[in-house]
Amino acid sequence: MIEVDVRDRSKQAFQRLVIPELPGLYSLARRLVRSGAEDLVQEALLRGYRSFESLKEDAAVGPWLKSILVNVFRDHLRKQARSVDELPVEEVEHFSLYRTLVDEDPLPYSDTLHHDFLRAFGKGDVREVLMRLPEIYRAPLVLRYMDGFATKEIARMLRLPLGTVLAQLHRGRKRFEQELWEYAGEMGLLLEKRIR
Amino acid sequence: MTEKQSLIPCSEAVRQLWDYLDNAISPEDHEKVEKHLSFCRKCCGELEFAKELREFLVSWGAEEIPQEVKARLERFVEEI
Repeated sequence: MIEVDVRDRSKQAFQRLVIPELPGLYSLARRLVRSGAEDLVQEALLRGYRSFESLKEDAAVGPWLKSILVNVFRDHLRKQARSVDELPVEEVEHFSLYRTLVDEDPLPYSDTLHHDFLRAFGKGDVREVLMRLPEIYRAPLVLRYMDGFATKEIARMLRLPLGTVLAQLHRGRKRFEQELWEYAGEMGLLLEKRIR
Repeated sequence: MTEKQSLIPCSEAVRQLWDYLDNAISPEDHEKVEKHLSFCRKCCGELEFAKELREFLVSWGAEEIPQEVKARLERFVEEI
């Protein structure tokens, strides 16, 4: 039996499929870059249109477009030839926000110290902390924990070996913990809570 | 696995906690972390905090798209 490809890959089909995905695409772009999220989305849309034929199923359009957007992001990083702003591995590996909070006890009147510490952060604060991470750590963290991609999928998108992605995720989590702690101190996020 | 082989220090258990929560480690390592957690209260605290931190990341994940940006991007798609 001859199989007929019934996928509609016209311009109209592209427009119909991608418009509902724009909020998700923009949201991902905003978490990957400090500025220029809209440009990133536009470039991903253009690339997506050029390779529309490669979309196997309409239902997969969301992850497909996000994967393209991550490619665009990766290419931009490469063009900028950013030096990798890494802390010495040892220093990152050994930081524990859990232990730091216990040792420093920044909220002496709190019975739920760790929970209350996290509650001091607003949405803008979390974005700022994320933006302080070097891109090589930020991207896997965002894709894994905010967008829910599997580590294998992230490795494919970033064209990195799985082991590298797992190591970046680990260091990214540690770096995120460290930046949360430093940011809270710099911004005085705990002062108001401390005197209650 | 012998009793001795299954013991890991806190540093090793903590290093694997998120992967343990993600089910992204081998069954052997999973067993080692579980065994460590069965007697180490400090690492159980680390585990609870790791769960909370994960939720925290998920809950602050979505970024709203401003209406004017959405409208501009829709126009961009229509122009393609």
